[in-house]
Amino acid sequence: MRITSLAELQAAVRGAPRVVARGAGTKPALATPPDGVLVLDLRGLSGVLEYEPGEFTFSALAGTRVSEVESLLAENGQYLPFDPLLVERGATLGGTLAAGLSGPGRYRFGGLRDFILAVRYIDGEGALVRGGGKVVKNAAGFDLPKLMVGSLGQFGVLYELTFKVFPRPDAHVTVRAVLPTLAEALAGLLRVYAAPLDVDALDLWPAPDGSGCELWVRLGGPETVLPARAERMTALIGAGETMSGPGEAEAWRALCELAWVPDGWGLVKTPLAPGRLLALNRELPPEALRRYCAGGNLAWIALPDPRALDSTLTALSLAGLIVLGAPGRPRMGVHPGVPFEQRIKAALDPHRKFPDFNPVA
Amino acid sequence: MLPALARLYPPERLLAQPGQLAAYESDGLTAYRARPAAVVIPATQAEVIETVRLCHQHRMPFVARGSGTSLSGGSLPIHDGLLIALNRLNRVVRLDPIQRLVVVEPGVINLDVSKAAAPHGLYYAPDPSSQQVCTIGGNIAFNSGGAHCLKYGMTSNHVLALKVVLADGEIVELGGESAESVGPDLVGLFVGSEGLFGVALEITLRLLARPEKFETVLAAYHSLAAAGEAVAQVVASGLLPGAMEIMDRLAIQAAEAAVHANYPAGTEALLIVELDGEAQQVAAEFHQLRGVIEASGAFEVHVARDAADRARIWKGRKSAFSAVGRLSPDFIVQDGVVPRSRLGAALAEIERLSARYGIRVANVFHAGDGNLHPLILFDGREPGALERAEQLAGEILTLCIRLGGSITGEHGVGMEKRDYLPRMFAETDVDAMHRLRLAMDPLLIANPGKMFPGGEAPALRHVGLHPLEKAGVIERE
Ligand SMILES: Cc1cc2nc3c(=O)[nH]c(=O)nc-3n(C[C@H](O)[C@H](O)[C@H](O)COP(=O)(O)OP(=O)(O)OC[C@H]3O[C@@H](n4cnc5c(N)ncnc54)[C@H](O)[C@@H]3O)c2cc1C
Repeated sequence: MRITSLAELQAAVRGAPRVVARGAGTKPALATPPDGVLVLDLRGLSGVLEYEPGEFTFSALAGTRVSEVESLLAENGQYLPFDPLLVERGATLGGTLAAGLSGPGRYRFGGLRDFILAVRYIDGEGALVRGGGKVVKNAAGFDLPKLMVGSLGQFGVLYELTFKVFPRPDAHVTVRAVLPTLAEALAGLLRVYAAPLDVDALDLWPAPDGSGCELWVRLGGPETVLPARAERMTALIGAGETMSGPGEAEAWRALCELAWVPDGWGLVKTPLAPGRLLALNRELPPEALRRYCAGGNLAWIALPDPRALDSTLTALSLAGLIVLGAPGRPRMGVHPGVPFEQRIKAALDPHRKFPDFNPVA
Repeated sequence: MLPALARLYPPERLLAQPGQLAAYESDGLTAYRARPAAVVIPATQAEVIETVRLCHQHRMPFVARGSGTSLSGGSLPIHDGLLIALNRLNRVVRLDPIQRLVVVEPGVINLDVSKAAAPHGLYYAPDPSSQQVCTIGGNIAFNSGGAHCLKYGMTSNHVLALKVVLADGEIVELGGESAESVGPDLVGLFVGSEGLFGVALEITLRLLARPEKFETVLAAYHSLAAAGEAVAQVVASGLLPGAMEIMDRLAIQAAEAAVHANYPAGTEALLIVELDGEAQQVAAEFHQLRGVIEASGAFEVHVARDAADRARIWKGRKSAFSAVGRLSPDFIVQDGVVPRSRLGAALAEIERLSARYGIRVANVFHAGDGNLHPLILFDGREPGALERAEQLAGEILTLCIRLGGSITGEHGVGMEKRDYLPRMFAETDVDAMHRLRLAMDPLLIANPGKMFPGGEAPALRHVGLHPLEKAGVIERE
């Protein structure tokens, strides 16, 4: 059902026993409900409502394409530093927030959770509920906006979102070093992690055939000093070449579009800590492609059947989210917060109108 | 319930005599006070858990308390309830310099986290002015901020994981060691819940590498409006300073009297802008910043010469609240936020209100994020003075809401601003929050009477200095 106004949205939620919200459908694993559940297509709820560059904030309807927002911000020298994913494929703001997906840029200033300021959503009774505030700092009331990050729509249908934005660096360069093994690349990553250097993104990319590993370090800032900073970074790592210009931007853009995931394969997001990286890597099936992002805080794992990872993640006490793949239970592995989450679900969606993505239900 | 507590705690950690309780009757908002039935001082997490379970069993309202520096009455005891003082739970459980994280108990002092991390070149970014006294537990409850929020975010942006005993005794683990998560952001919901969900027992914090270089610029202006305009220009130039703070004449006077910060004489408004980061980057940005500041009409610009000079500049700013105590026997600190572009309008209106009420208002604020801190000066010995000051404070809150901002940027709603929550939020919004609260605390025993309107407010009464300060237990520097 195509929704084009707040009133329609409220009526639709009130009128159906179970609903699922969908933006552009770039993550079908998360937005395809079982039979009998009404899909609310939110692409008609689109548009930037407020944007004053001097405030570092904007508000937009949930169905607004991230690409539209990014161009508007770019005209004013600003950006969303967490590098939203699947922007060119049409991802919407609401879908991005609900899926909780941040890209490589989340390394420096934080992810979605650190940039969402306010939400308005429709609860199970069709009421419009607001949380947060449209200013860059606010401590009034419970932090509902953060709760919506990664909630997969289980507490309500997002209607309007307010984000904080930052000034975009003048330019970027990336130091790319190819190291003989993942362990050596990780050691390089940890040196960068510990250094007092301003790094925008810090990724590891093991070669599919196990023949080596690339370390990508992205630096942003005033163009005049970037070459010197890149040189310093190369010295710190002990290897590397500098990428710059359109090629550099394109390399990261392709990454954010998940262009490296083979057609038809699944993709799993797994929160990680750098100290757990080698243990996870060892347990992954050999054919799996992997990209370790945000200084080893995040693994993206591509493989033909993503569900096959469930037992591996469970054994390692890690959690996973199937971002690309067949619909079903997208959350795998271990989720210690579930008892707390179930209380929230019962409080905010007592009639279970919204999808229940509870991993242990 | 007291006998059950007496079995759990030795006498020196179970206080029930009036003389022992006096020190805990107030928090940083000394206008309110209430006497609890007892204070317990647990030394282990297990004792906290057992205590919360007893409270649940006996329907005994409780308040968790860190250092009691809340400026919104958040840690004010419940009359005849239990106060759980967490200062003994102050262990740094684990510091992992390689993964840049630290696990602490809630009673650990904010600054002690950075001290523990310092040998590894790391620090804990959120830096409330009270950081030498306030605890991580209190910071979590209020999502506390500091001067460096614009670039680095509030407390919430630095919390990775929490172990919590909910108000009904269940223990939950939220988050993990990763900066990323899947599933709803449960840590994000707990942070800022003002002690209404339960007690945080163990907190995993993210540490950052200490910036290689700082450039701290002090610019003096002949008017508050000019300083505000300079902030707008810095923002428009595309710079992202670590901090941008403004102090007005009255606040400067107070800071000078207290810590002799040597700010330029004859200043109406002082702007502090700090850049931090990688040396080469900061050098390039500093060049740009100088250009902006020099064109902004400052009559004097001073750049911190070295670390000691930088510390002196910040000492003046961070001591401003307590320093105002030298200008006036009593004051209330407000914490409203306005959109940055409305700062000028808000300050002009506060000036008008100050004149209308005949009450002096000093201003120190986080200009970078529009977070005002008007300090409303009054003498509590004058009959009706506190009530008038509170009325003025209320008008400022209403102003912030009208300008599209918030009633609190970092001090929390607490007891003080609970009647304003429903002015900022609609009924359905407050209802959703209340349902969440009930889900964590079905008996409404965790810090009842705070954040949400209604309930029995304790008598409003002026009591002067914080009792713990009088007793020499805490001080504000
Ligand atoms: C001089 C001065 C300057 C200040 N400057 C700033 C500033 O720059 N920025 C800022 O944000 N604030 C500032 N504050 C306010 C205050 O310091 C902060 O709110 C601080 O976080 C409170 O910490 P505390 O340990 O004193 O907490 P308390 O006052 O003891 O408690 C605060 C709240 O936290 C709850 N709580 C405490 N521990 C726990 C726990 N373990 N689990 C759950 N709930 C808990 C309490 O119930 C209460 O609701 C300032 C205060 C003063 C007096």
